[in-house]
Amino acid sequence: MSQVGLHHYLVVSALLFSIGLLGVIIRRNVLVIYLSLELMLNAANLALVAFSRFNNNLNGQLIVFFIITVAASEVAVGLALIVALYRKRQTTHVEDLATMRN
Amino acid sequence: MIAWFNSLPPTAQMTLFSVLKIVCVLAVLMPMIAYSTLAERKISAWIQDRHGPNRVGPAGIWQPIVDGVKSFLKEDFTPSHVRKAYFWLAPMISMIPALLTIAIIPFGSQLGSQKMVIADLNVGILYTFGIVSLGVYGIVLAGYASNNKYSFLGGIRSSAQMISYEIAMGMSVVALFMVAGSLRLSDLISYQTHCWFIFKQPLAFIIFMISAFAETNRLPFDLPESEQELVGGYHTEYSSMKFALFFMAEYANMIAASAMMVTLFLGGWTLPFGGLDQPAQSIGMGLAQIGIFIAKIVLLMTIFIWVRWMWPRFRYDQLMDLGWRRFIPLSLANILITAVVLWAIA
Amino acid sequence: MDALFYLFAALTLLCGILVIANPFSNNPVTSAMFLVLTIVSMAGLFVLLHAFFLAAVQVLVYAGAVMVLFLFVIMLLDLKEEQRRSIPLFSAGLGLIAVVAIASVIIGRLWKGPFVNSVDQPTMEGATTVLGTKLFSDYVLPFEIVSLVLLVAMIGAILLSKKELK
Repeated sequence: MSQVGLHHYLVVSALLFSIGLLGVIIRRNVLVIYLSLELMLNAANLALVAFSRFNNNLNGQLIVFFIITVAASEVAVGLALIVALYRKRQTTHVEDLATMRN
Repeated sequence: MIAWFNSLPPTAQMTLFSVLKIVCVLAVLMPMIAYSTLAERKISAWIQDRHGPNRVGPAGIWQPIVDGVKSFLKEDFTPSHVRKAYFWLAPMISMIPALLTIAIIPFGSQLGSQKMVIADLNVGILYTFGIVSLGVYGIVLAGYASNNKYSFLGGIRSSAQMISYEIAMGMSVVALFMVAGSLRLSDLISYQTHCWFIFKQPLAFIIFMISAFAETNRLPFDLPESEQELVGGYHTEYSSMKFALFFMAEYANMIAASAMMVTLFLGGWTLPFGGLDQPAQSIGMGLAQIGIFIAKIVLLMTIFIWVRWMWPRFRYDQLMDLGWRRFIPLSLANILITAVVLWAIA
Repeated sequence: MDALFYLFAALTLLCGILVIANPFSNNPVTSAMFLVLTIVSMAGLFVLLHAFFLAAVQVLVYAGAVMVLFLFVIMLLDLKEEQRRSIPLFSAGLGLIAVVAIASVIIGRLWKGPFVNSVDQPTMEGATTVLGTKLFSDYVLPFEIVSLVLLVAMIGAILLSKKELK
C-alpha cells in the first residue's frame, strides 16, 4: 500500500461505479437517475485513463475522449426526452410512468 | 535572509514564489477592479456630457473606497422566499472563475530568474476555457436561488447566452493555435514577437472580442441583467456585500477577458521596439514589461466601457442569431482558411 | 503526490455519494451541483494521471456544458412536488445490499488481478499533440462516426423539444 498505483485508481473507479449503480436503483426521479448514469460513465473514464497511464498506452485516453462526446450527445437527447415527457405527464417520477403495467 | 532562502528545497522555493506572485497579482487586481468602476462612471459621464462623481477627493478619486465601505455597512437583507444555501453561495461562485483565469496569464517576462506567471500550463488555453465555462454557475444559481421570475429569467438567459458564445469564442482561437503550434500561452507570446495575432487573424480577434462582451454580460449583450425588462435580472434580490460581489465579479471578468485578449492577440507584455519584445534581462525592463501589459489591459477596458455607453441592447433572438448563425460559421471558415494557408505554405 | 491522490479520491467519492443520497435535501439541483464537484475533483485525478488534455476537456465539456444543460432542465421543470417524496427505505435497503455485493466482487477481483502493479514506472504523458496526432490518424473513422452521432443527437434533441410533432 506504499505507492499509489493502478489498483488504487481502479478501486476508486469501482466504488464510484457502485455509487452510480446504487443511485440508479434507489432513486425514483428520472433526472437523478440520469445524473447517476453520468457518475457511472465517469467511473469508466477514470478506469480507462488509469489503465492508459500505467500501461504506457494512449488508446485508453482516446476512448475516454469518445465516451465524453457520446455522453454529451446522450444527455442532449435524454434531456429532450425528459422535457417532452414532463410536458405530457407533468412528472419526472418513474413510479408515475407505469401505464404499460396496468 | 537569502542564505535561509537558498537552504530551502526547490519545491518549497517554488511554493513560496507562487504565493508571493498570487499576493502581488491580487494586490494589483483588486484596486484595478475598484477603479474600473470609477472609470466606468467617469467615462459614461463624459460621454453623456455631465460631471460624474466629483465630491469625494479631487475629481472623485476616493469614490471606489467609499463605495466599498458603503457596501459593507449596508444591511445584508435575505428575503424570506429565497433558497438560502444557493443564495449565499452564488455571489462567491461568480467571483472565483475570474480570479482563476488570471492564474495562467503571463503578465510579464521575468524578474531576475522568476517567470512572471503564476502557472505556465501546457494546456493553457483549454484550462482557461474550462474555467470560463464554470462562470455560468454563479449567475444561474443566483437566478434559481432568488426564487423570483425576473431573476430566474435572467439566469436562464445568461446560461443560454454564455454557452452559445463560448463555442464561438473557443472556435475563434483554434486558428491561433494552429498557427502557433502550441497551447501554452508563453509560447504564444514569444511567437507574437514577429507579428501580433490581431494583424494575422483579425477575424478571430473580432469574434473573440464580441464573444467576450457576451460572456461578461456587458452591453450590448447584457440581457441577463437588462434593467428595463428584468428589473436587474439575477441580482434583483441581492443587497449589500453580496450585490457588491456580483458587481466586482463583472469587472473582474472584464479584466480577465481583457488580459486574455492582450495575451492572445496583442502580444502580451511585448512591444515591437526598444528590445521590449525579448524576455527582460534587468529588473527595470521586467517592470516595464509588466507596465506594458497593464497598459494594454487598461486600453481594452476603456473600449469595454466605451461600447457600453454607445450601443443599444440587442434583442434576445438577435443575440442568438448572431452567435449561432454568424459567428460559429465564420470562425469555422476562419479555421478552414487558416488550415489551407498553413498547408499551402508547408 | 500520494496525499493529493487520497484527497481527490475522497472528494470524488464523497461528492458522488451526495449526488445520489443527500441527507439534507432531495433537491435535484443539489444533486447536480454535487455531480459538478465530482467531475471537477475527477479532473484533479486525471491531472495526477498526467492526462492534462482530458482533465481540461472533462471540466470544459462535462462541468461547463453538460451539467449546465442539466441545471437548465431541472430549473425549467418546476420540481417542487418531487422534492417532497422520500426514498422508499425497503427497496433502498435491498438495492444497497445488491450493490455492495457487486462492488465487493469487483474490488476483490481487482485486488487479486494480474494487472496490479504491472508497470513499475509509468512514463506516458497525455500531451495534446500526441493525442491529436493519434486521433486524426489511427482513430479517424471513430472520430467521423462520433461527429455523426453528435449531429444526430442535435437533430433529435431539436425534434423532441418541438411543441407539436407533425
